[in-house]
Amino acid sequence: MNQLSQTLSPTLERLGGVYLLPVIVALIAFVLIGAPSSWVTLTVAGLSMGMMIFLMASGLSLVFGLMDVLNFGHSAFVSFGAFVAASALAYMAGWIGSESIWLNLLAIFLAFSAAIAFGLVVGWFFEVVIIKPVYHDHLRQILITMGALIVSEQIILAVWGGAPVSVPRPAFLEGSWLIGDVTIEIYRAFAFALALAVYVALYLVLKHTRIGLLIRAGVENREMVEALGFRIDRLFVGVFMVGSALAALGGAMWAGYETLITPALGGEIMIVVFIVVIIGGLGSVEGTLLGAIMVGLMANYIGFLAPKLALASNMLLMMAILLWRPNGLKPAVK
Amino acid sequence: MSQSLPKGAIFIKTLVLFIGALLLFAPFLFQDTRSLEVAARICIFVVLVASYDLLIGYTGIVSFAHTMFFGFGAYGAAIALRQMGPGWDAVVLGGLTGLAVSIIVATVIGLLSLRVKAIFFAMITLAAASVAMVLASQLSNLTGGEDGITYRAPEIFKTANKLMVNEDGKVARLFGVKLNGKLAAYYFVFGTCLVMFIFCLRMVASPLGTVLKAIRENEARAEAVGYRVVAYRTFVFCIAAGLASLAGTVYAIWLKYTGPDTALAFNIMIDILLMVVIGGMGTMYGAAIGAVLLVLAQYYLRDLMGAASEAMQGIPLLPELFDADRWLLWLGIIFILLVYFFPKGIAGTLWDKGARP
Amino acid sequence: MSLLSLTRMKTSIGQYHVLHDVTLDVPEGGVFVLLGRNGAGKTTTLRSIMGLWRPSPGSVTFRGEDISGLHASEIARKGISFVPENMGIFGGLTVEENLVLATAKGRFDPARLKRIYALFPALEQFWTKQAWSLSGGQKQMLAVARAIIERRELILVDEPTKGLAPAIIDGMAKAFAEIGADTTILLVEQNFNFAKRLGDGLAVIDDGRIVHTGTMPEFAADTALQEQLLSLSA
Repeated sequence: MNQLSQTLSPTLERLGGVYLLPVIVALIAFVLIGAPSSWVTLTVAGLSMGMMIFLMASGLSLVFGLMDVLNFGHSAFVSFGAFVAASALAYMAGWIGSESIWLNLLAIFLAFSAAIAFGLVVGWFFEVVIIKPVYHDHLRQILITMGALIVSEQIILAVWGGAPVSVPRPAFLEGSWLIGDVTIEIYRAFAFALALAVYVALYLVLKHTRIGLLIRAGVENREMVEALGFRIDRLFVGVFMVGSALAALGGAMWAGYETLITPALGGEIMIVVFIVVIIGGLGSVEGTLLGAIMVGLMANYIGFLAPKLALASNMLLMMAILLWRPNGLKPAVK
Repeated sequence: MSQSLPKGAIFIKTLVLFIGALLLFAPFLFQDTRSLEVAARICIFVVLVASYDLLIGYTGIVSFAHTMFFGFGAYGAAIALRQMGPGWDAVVLGGLTGLAVSIIVATVIGLLSLRVKAIFFAMITLAAASVAMVLASQLSNLTGGEDGITYRAPEIFKTANKLMVNEDGKVARLFGVKLNGKLAAYYFVFGTCLVMFIFCLRMVASPLGTVLKAIRENEARAEAVGYRVVAYRTFVFCIAAGLASLAGTVYAIWLKYTGPDTALAFNIMIDILLMVVIGGMGTMYGAAIGAVLLVLAQYYLRDLMGAASEAMQGIPLLPELFDADRWLLWLGIIFILLVYFFPKGIAGTLWDKGARP
Repeated sequence: MSLLSLTRMKTSIGQYHVLHDVTLDVPEGGVFVLLGRNGAGKTTTLRSIMGLWRPSPGSVTFRGEDISGLHASEIARKGISFVPENMGIFGGLTVEENLVLATAKGRFDPARLKRIYALFPALEQFWTKQAWSLSGGQKQMLAVARAIIERRELILVDEPTKGLAPAIIDGMAKAFAEIGADTTILLVEQNFNFAKRLGDGLAVIDDGRIVHTGTMPEFAADTALQEQLLSLSA
């Protein structure tokens, strides 16, 4: 058994290593589901869900990697993003319902921008007012960010009320495409494309700009970057704000995906986001993407095959991966 | 109490003894049903918070799954009492099952996540707790789902049960208090909680407590000296889980109802966090102080907030913010401020007052 | 005037006093060696100079300016670079990225790059490789190269020979001698055989105190003193 895995692992590594996992999961699901058309629908749904979760989780992971700060209040940004976008879309009801695709696009662009702007502002507030005083104290960090999460949820309850809020979608994103006997919801494809574009932009910034270089180096060894003459803590505020804005954008897209949102959204998302960053490895953007895609696919496949297991499946996935790789699938090099 | 203790420490100990005395005589001092409910809830929460303090205060790890273990104990007893009818056999079987499940789950979580990074632990316990909540609502034929389960407690705790009768065959009274099953139930809660609280106190005073403090102060050093940090942490996590589970069983017997709101809700976890921070992390006595303050506030301050909200009708947003349902908002803000400015809590701050260098 | 002066520097980490009284003058130019046993406070001295640990009280003067209390990044910008004991290489970054990060403007000065290639040919060879895949010696070369990719006045080097093969140590010694020709190096070492080939000035630290200062030729000749201060047999 050991010998087999030893001869097998270099081959697997060359083929893509842990990046093969989603492919393997998809293949197993294909066999279990049996019907190719349902499989395609589920896979598209899983990928688009995974990409949205990636947006929500990436900031949390980077922030932890860079400053060793674990923000339990991160899901508040997701909730705020979702509710702000919902309100903005409702406000622009005329444009959303319009025949003109340009007005549709403008409306969704403005709504997502509102969510992003809100995320930036709340993120700045979180970092500077709430987290900065407890940078090096994990225990108090967990407690304080948890407190901030509670307060944020209560503010959402006070402003938007406890009843579910329905989220209008722009007309051009309603309905589905029918290709052969495969149905693909347009909104899902849209969400996938948009989130993928954000990921590519994030990737390019991290790989090809000086700021990105500093962030990657800072995740590995903050002290050394400082000894080379750079202030990580100033960079960190920016990363925190961008991470919050991404979470808010993810929340806004999620709102359109679910079409009915409740204040409980933040709590549900938080668990998923945590599972994703633990699976992927804290501090790594690639790992977070991998974790998010895995969770997105599993949620849809299991939801179809054995609905009762849906939530437990994430938990089981996390336990299995932790047993196999205690630091996650693709941890940042430390 | 030895002479060398600072005045603050003596004050705290006296205060906790006083709380204990109040709880002991509660049925005689406050002769109404609501007060007795409050007293029983305080007893339960003292144990929950003290056992939680073993983790957060003495071991330096943050768990969000304490309510889950509380729930295991409560649901264990509740399901057994429901299926087997009221009796001690059901209580023992249900309670022990809950205890066993708690300890097994705690061991698995501890070994899985404490092995890597303590920070994973907080996240994983949170995830586990949410799974438990979903399971409880999905396995509705066993747990009653969102509605929970009602059942009867063992014979002796029935309100109609007469512990003593007077000449007329009616239930006897002592200082005006009926000596009925309700009284017996209260003293059952009080007694078991007292035993568990003393167990926690003894534990932190034992050599084990010293090791735990060493680990909390400097994990790398403790590891280097040869302590198996993961094993110790997992062990304490199991002890804390077991105590929470037993407290859950006791509370289930007292309430004769178990549902998500009383045994599993995340709000209970928040209450525990607030109590341990208000009382003082790592002090154990603070558990009693925090629990008393917060339970009293829950029962009596909420009414006040409702009144305030009424008074502010017409002003935008303010009535919503002061609505009795927004009570958590204010608790959350107080919580953040406490962790910032008052991290040692009441007991921790007062403890060293008057100490001579 | 000396380039760097430490005056009655004390540093505590947590509740432990690691440095009790470090007073030291590093003259400009050449290699100055700080010798000492394990745990004597060598690393702490370097980290305190670099601003990674706060010395208090006492002062650190660099070119006549008090730099104690400045942030590490500000100290770096004054012209001090640091090669830590664990080398501080960014393993996920390529050799090129490791070096470009250390430049002030994100561009290489061709002359300095050429010099680095000449000193450490292996770095040119593995230019686009991720740094974690380098050997221990190559990582050390990268760490040193990173410290001199910009013009620096003073380079702090912490035990560069630790865990390296003798042949590589030899190359390191040559490189330091060359770098020391136009830059000041403060070298912390336990390996006396390595240090004695390089040092001009020298100080010995023990239990957080400077116990001896002098010149390397004198110290190298005095075996009794070596025995007493370092418990070295060589």
